[in-house]
Amino acid sequence: MAGPILLHLLVVLIWQLVADYGGLPTYILPSPTETLATLFEPRNRWIENTGITALEIFGGFLLAVGIGVTIALLFSWSRLTLVLFMPLLVSLNMIPKVALGPLIIVWFGYGVVTNMAIAFAICFFPIVITTARGLSEIEPEMLYLARTVNASKWQIFLKIQFPGALPYIFSGMKVSAVLAVAGAIVGEFIGSEKGLGYLMLQVQINLDTATMFMAVLMITLIGVVLYGAVALLEWLLVKRGGAA
Amino acid sequence: MTKPFIHVSNLRKVFNPGKANEYLALSDVSLDIEEGELISIVGPSGCGKSTLLMIVAGLLEASGGTLEIGGGAGAFDPHRHVGMVFQQALLLKWRTVLDNVLLPAEFLRLPRREARERARDLLNLVGLEGQETKYPKQLSGGQQQRVAIARSLVHDPRLVLMDEPFGALDALTREKMNLELLRIWEQSGKTILFVTHGISEAVLLGSRIAVMTAGPARLARKIDVDLPYPRRLDMKTHENFGAYTREVYGLLGME
Repeated sequence: MAGPILLHLLVVLIWQLVADYGGLPTYILPSPTETLATLFEPRNRWIENTGITALEIFGGFLLAVGIGVTIALLFSWSRLTLVLFMPLLVSLNMIPKVALGPLIIVWFGYGVVTNMAIAFAICFFPIVITTARGLSEIEPEMLYLARTVNASKWQIFLKIQFPGALPYIFSGMKVSAVLAVAGAIVGEFIGSEKGLGYLMLQVQINLDTATMFMAVLMITLIGVVLYGAVALLEWLLVKRGGAA
Repeated sequence: MTKPFIHVSNLRKVFNPGKANEYLALSDVSLDIEEGELISIVGPSGCGKSTLLMIVAGLLEASGGTLEIGGGAGAFDPHRHVGMVFQQALLLKWRTVLDNVLLPAEFLRLPRREARERARDLLNLVGLEGQETKYPKQLSGGQQQRVAIARSLVHDPRLVLMDEPFGALDALTREKMNLELLRIWEQSGKTILFVTHGISEAVLLGSRIAVMTAGPARLARKIDVDLPYPRRLDMKTHENFGAYTREVYGLLGME
């Protein structure tokens, strides 16, 4: 545990040394201390901007989990829906979601909802795919066994299918957690009046690189919190007790 | 004469009838089984032995012939009175050993406390006392199959169907499990249909052997195995054992 932490600190230290003695101007490479100092600049409105961006990321992500898992459930309950809609979903997934950004702005206008929608669009598909996959991973013999003891479809789902799919759902959620961050920031770049991506564009005009660095760090932090929450939930539900 | 526990006569199963891929999986099988009997069903792959088991379990409809289960002692409900064991243990890896054994009881909504007590007794019966709180991955293949056997008995079924339950185990573990199964059978008094393609396993376990052949899938002969119980591994060196084994090989055209 100590080793990786030390290595992280070492990287920060090297960053500080290169910035101080590397002869690079601050607008190219601000030092860690200069970066942290921007936190105390009230014009940056860190709390508001970070809150907005976090809301977009978490909102888009949760929406994708809710709708993604539900659609995967429908697929697992009806072979017809799967056969009909899965190819369509695969085709839709080939559209680069980022390219939809300007369109989504036309539909929803600037703001939180738009960026949430972009985050949703980009992280929805991995969740559907992994969940559908997980729900279909049930041995036919297990179904026979369940049927000989009069198990209902709902009981089979609750006691066998869904718990069995959880590790898959979580691996999809981990991929999506990272994507959601990218989606929300792209949305803010394309058009917004708030958020960390917006802040970056604002300070870029003045070559305030330190603030841009700090914004990137805050965005990363939001991603880490989301990923950590997913990993914690996974540990609580799947990995604890030596199950997986 | 009273009716047998299981009465199978002229049973037939055709998959995809009338279509291009029509397939005769079972042709004209007749077999009577008494309650409490351990009968081995042996044959090569594709002889329809698993299909027969599925029909008896009520998981497949026969295409023709009759199947009557229950005999004299009350109505037989295929959704209540059948236990199954497959080649894979099929344990749920997120459940403890005890909770895995309890799964059929949960599906059938049996009273919780009695079921737990019974599951514990069964784990003792299969030689897994003290392992209740372990997870499947902490068990060996043989132990996992013991859990599967305990699970097949937890709802006190009248009939236990086993489809090559020891087929995935190594040879030594398999022989050990054969003896264990004999002991469990004697102590539980269940009727067991044991499907295998292991000929010496079939002879060692069964009071009778139903020998099935492929192409077309049918029942070639029923053999009474006149070896005394409790059976032991050293009976495999007995000349009668050899005679039965040879007879089965002969019926399968493998002399």
